[in-house]
Amino acid sequence: MPLASYQTSVPVVVDDAKCIADKGCTVCVDVCPLDVLRISDMTNKAYMAYDECWYCMPCEADCPTGAVTVNIPYLLR
Amino acid sequence: MALDQIVDGLSEVSCDVLVIGGGTAGPMAALKAKLKNPKANVVLLEKANVKRSGAISMGMDGLNNAVIPGYATPEQYTKEITIANDGIVDQKAVYKYAQNCFGIIEELDSFGIRFLKNENGDYAVKKVHHIGTYVLPMPNGETVKKALYRQLRRARILISNRYMATRLLKSTDGRIAGAISVNTRTAEMLVIKAKAVILCMGAAGRLGLPTSGYMFGTYENAANSGDGYAMAYHAGAALANLECFQINPLIKDYNGPACAYVAGPFGAYTANNEGSRFIECDYWSGQMMLEFYNELLSGKGPVFLQLKHLHPDTISEIESTLHKVERPTRGLFQQGRGVDYRSESIEMHISEIGFCSGHSASGVFVDDNARTTVPGLYAAGDMASVPHNYMLGAFTNGSVAGIDAMEFADSHDFAEFDAADVAMERDRVLAPTKREDGIPPNQIEYKTRRLVNDYLQPPKVTRKYELGMRRLAEAREDMQERMIARNAHELLRALEVQSIMDCADMAAHASLYREESRWGLYHWRTDFPEKDNENWFCHTLLSKRDGKMTSEKRAVEPYVVPIADDEKDLYDKQRIRASA
Repeated sequence: MPLASYQTSVPVVVDDAKCIADKGCTVCVDVCPLDVLRISDMTNKAYMAYDECWYCMPCEADCPTGAVTVNIPYLLR
Repeated sequence: MALDQIVDGLSEVSCDVLVIGGGTAGPMAALKAKLKNPKANVVLLEKANVKRSGAISMGMDGLNNAVIPGYATPEQYTKEITIANDGIVDQKAVYKYAQNCFGIIEELDSFGIRFLKNENGDYAVKKVHHIGTYVLPMPNGETVKKALYRQLRRARILISNRYMATRLLKSTDGRIAGAISVNTRTAEMLVIKAKAVILCMGAAGRLGLPTSGYMFGTYENAANSGDGYAMAYHAGAALANLECFQINPLIKDYNGPACAYVAGPFGAYTANNEGSRFIECDYWSGQMMLEFYNELLSGKGPVFLQLKHLHPDTISEIESTLHKVERPTRGLFQQGRGVDYRSESIEMHISEIGFCSGHSASGVFVDDNARTTVPGLYAAGDMASVPHNYMLGAFTNGSVAGIDAMEFADSHDFAEFDAADVAMERDRVLAPTKREDGIPPNQIEYKTRRLVNDYLQPPKVTRKYELGMRRLAEAREDMQERMIARNAHELLRALEVQSIMDCADMAAHASLYREESRWGLYHWRTDFPEKDNENWFCHTLLSKRDGKMTSEKRAVEPYVVPIADDEKDLYDKQRIRASA
């Protein structure tokens, strides 16, 4: 059976201008309990790769530059 | 190499004590094991990252069950939990917890975690339970994980993050031999030989589907997919009272606590749409949840946590706790909806079902030394059967497990396992990665959890359960024959679905076995609406025998602390009486 991709608006947003993943930082990727953040191989910045969020906050709280914002997932907002 | 790309690999390491799960009980178990024998190797394996994993990822507002000399006694606490749990309690483990927990509080204090004191320097304990006083706020509760992590580093515990344990290994004579795990970002397999293993893998919190429809919007940390319950089951360990589901009163849609334990002591209370109280006590028990459920269905709902009557300064104090610790996005959620606690009450709802001894009594069976029924295998925290044990119970029983497991490891050599078991497990784990075409794990998970909601959540109806089990069997067949995982992250989810499916089957099996109603809403069977002490004043133990799920009765151990006849039903009287 063929697979289709399913569009979702993701709750975790990263400000590329503040993100220092291109300098080697991986803090948000490291701490996420659900392991849903990744570093983009196009922009070298962090982004939410999987919409599987517990809106728990370690990514935002531990980011050294304040680049990460956790929003409430749309379905329960 | 890009993250999530599947890599073929299998390696083997060994240690004296393996602790699986680095949330709350796990770090304490690992620490105590290592301190017991500093020469021994202790490995702490974690599916996420120990720095921020588990139920207390963002800390905790306080202790819900602190037995502090001068405020409560171990006897009183044991009595309260026995009554709250409808009498089905092996008191020895609860009593031991109650005796030990103050020492653990002092130890946590030495780690830098502070507990609220009054102007006289005494602990400022608050009353939330029906009878006794056990709630102790933690002013810097957001630092708990950091404080624990420091201790782990200092003790030189070997931490392996991003490894998901999938099955336990045993010797032919039934002793624990280690565990098999898989890297969640590469799919490489790691076999860990161990003399003793401690399971601290949290609740089965991704069992029911939240009403928002968002699969990860669960009450429990969504990483807690019940892997520990499934692993214990497949290793032949007994699981106790799984029909005593966890169901909690939560902020509607947000699905986190509101939280009455924080706000209650300041004068907040649960009220119906008329603004009236309808329950005597906000402590989470099955009996309280049944009244909550009845109120929602009676036409007098919605149900609210009422705090707008409090002084603005008091509300600000409650707000600063609720929006800083445990689930800090509560503030963002209320802000998004324009809800100000000063002018509006908090709309509450009932959570999805799960297994969790932290709040109810559904867990892997353990005795007062945290031993399971498999020699060398231990369990602690939300997944172990000591009822209502919350965070302090996870720390205290984790400590008990760590010490006893190291004693076991010191007196035993490695048990031998069959290499064929590893090969078989490797095939099972990697099967979804070998298929070209099929169903992705998220669809199988959604369907399974939707079936759990439709058929298994209380009230429990025998006919519905029978149909639900048929539907679940069909979903299981899809999972086993057709599920695909296209990268290592999807494989992690595919493995979690298998834990969820096992837990759904166990929830159904255990519920049908107990032919009575008990624990209020947690086990309300419409076909057997009465409590039947003559036939069912007992534990139920579920286990895998000859490949099949079986249940049996186990007598409640004689009480250490006697309960008078007129005290037994104190928790049954939760509804506020209309007249004297």
